Amino acid sequence: MAKQGTTPWPPTCSAALLHKRAELYQTIRTFFVEKSVLEVDTPVLSSAASCDVNLDSFSTKLMKNAQSERLLYLQTSPEFAMKRLLASGSGSIYQIAKSFRQGESGRFHNPEFTLLEWYRVGFAVADLIEEMVELLMLCFNENLAFRTVTYQQLFQQHTGINPHETSQEALMQYATAQGNPEAASICGDSVSNGLDYVFSQYIQPGLKKNLVYFVIDYPACMAMLAKLSNTTPQKAKRFEVYFNSVELANGYEELTDSVEQKNRFSDELRERKKEGLDGVPMDQNLLAALEEGLPQCSGVALGLDRLLMLMTASKSIDDVMAFPIDRA
Amino acid sequence: MGTYNTSEFKSGLKIMFDNSPCTIVENEFVRPGKGPAFSRVKIRNLKTGRVIDKTFKSGETVEAADVMETDMSYLYSDGEFWHFMDDETFEQVSGDKTAVGDAAKWIKEQDKCTVTLWNGSPLLVAAPNFVELAVADTDPGLKGDTSGGGGKPATLETGAVVRVPLFVQIGEVIKVDTRTGEYSARVKS
Repeated sequence: MAKQGTTPWPPTCSAALLHKRAELYQTIRTFFVEKSVLEVDTPVLSSAASCDVNLDSFSTKLMKNAQSERLLYLQTSPEFAMKRLLASGSGSIYQIAKSFRQGESGRFHNPEFTLLEWYRVGFAVADLIEEMVELLMLCFNENLAFRTVTYQQLFQQHTGINPHETSQEALMQYATAQGNPEAASICGDSVSNGLDYVFSQYIQPGLKKNLVYFVIDYPACMAMLAKLSNTTPQKAKRFEVYFNSVELANGYEELTDSVEQKNRFSDELRERKKEGLDGVPMDQNLLAALEEGLPQCSGVALGLDRLLMLMTASKSIDDVMAFPIDRA
Repeated sequence: MGTYNTSEFKSGLKIMFDNSPCTIVENEFVRPGKGPAFSRVKIRNLKTGRVIDKTFKSGETVEAADVMETDMSYLYSDGEFWHFMDDETFEQVSGDKTAVGDAAKWIKEQDKCTVTLWNGSPLLVAAPNFVELAVADTDPGLKGDTSGGGGKPATLETGAVVRVPLFVQIGEVIKVDTRTGEYSARVKS
């Protein structure tokens, strides 16, 4: 028999945190009810997975009978299913969704985590940022100082590099000069990887405390699922939110062009193959929905576990979760 | 020795880096924006004591360092090497001046030291936090001074020099904190 005293069965978070989480969910639900944004519930399991080279999905099998089984993936975010609802005419929607990412464990990561994801039909990035400020102030129950700044402004201010014109060589040279010559082996030859590395190593830790940063206008190579601007150089209509150096949310004015979306998926799958990663099925349901027509909209995913950490000044994600992966 | 994957990184883990044994001081998993995951690690070189910041690609493996800390008794010094013995296995090891470092001026025979072994040889020797040593030489103090206001230098039996209160006399045994090199108390015989 296992020794009762050594089995780590109790929750890692305090009872106060359980209450704090419940209050937060209540605040969010009230907020969206008042704005007539519909709460939805989409499946965690899907036939398709994210093609993103830096996202690793969990998978499982549905057993139909002894001869036939169906491979299913756990969502890395509820984005694809929610966009299918938007294309079906749901109007603005939100969801508090469990999401799953392999291999992501640490002070700010747990392989299973909770996202608040919402989509606003007719909104541009600036509208969504405004709404998010409103929500964050309710969550923190205080007036937060916030600043909207372009990716280029932050990047140039901290490193002197223009992110829209730089090369992978220049970024890796910068990392080497900062004492991290190993950056090249981590980032490969991808400029977007290089930008992400430099940003997270040398810019993010130096962001001002007690100030919410909305970083906008990403380089086109970091568009992910965002629309591109008609400016020169082209910029992605994407934003990220940082608070006390913690990455809190990522949002887009959503790409609605199904052909462009398919091309981006194909590029990502090629990249996966090059990296020797497993191929994954691209989401044909999403592509079909986009073909039918996704309304112009903006959406954002906000990490609720991290939000709770910031609201309670917790050091580790374990402090705000009942049972992190080690106790799952 | 085996290897460690970055997912096994945690503070205290002993790894080889730049051909030197190192210990991980801090480890943080980072997944920037939508970029590649990596570990941001502070590592201390156990030979030089220097701490550096490095990043490792997630999933990368590094060689484990055969480093262990053991409690050993100090036996004697032959001038070039200091000899230690494991009280349980009676195994003996010897370390040079670099390994023994500052501990040399505090330890005397039979003292229990924490010896960090790398591939079986002493890499670092830590003296006990407190040692009791006899005063070999010091100026005679003023009679009646028991507070020890200003203090005076005293040479101990091991050769170390510490500041002691004025009332401490030659031949008396004192307790010294080896981490700070400061006088702590007089030991009543």
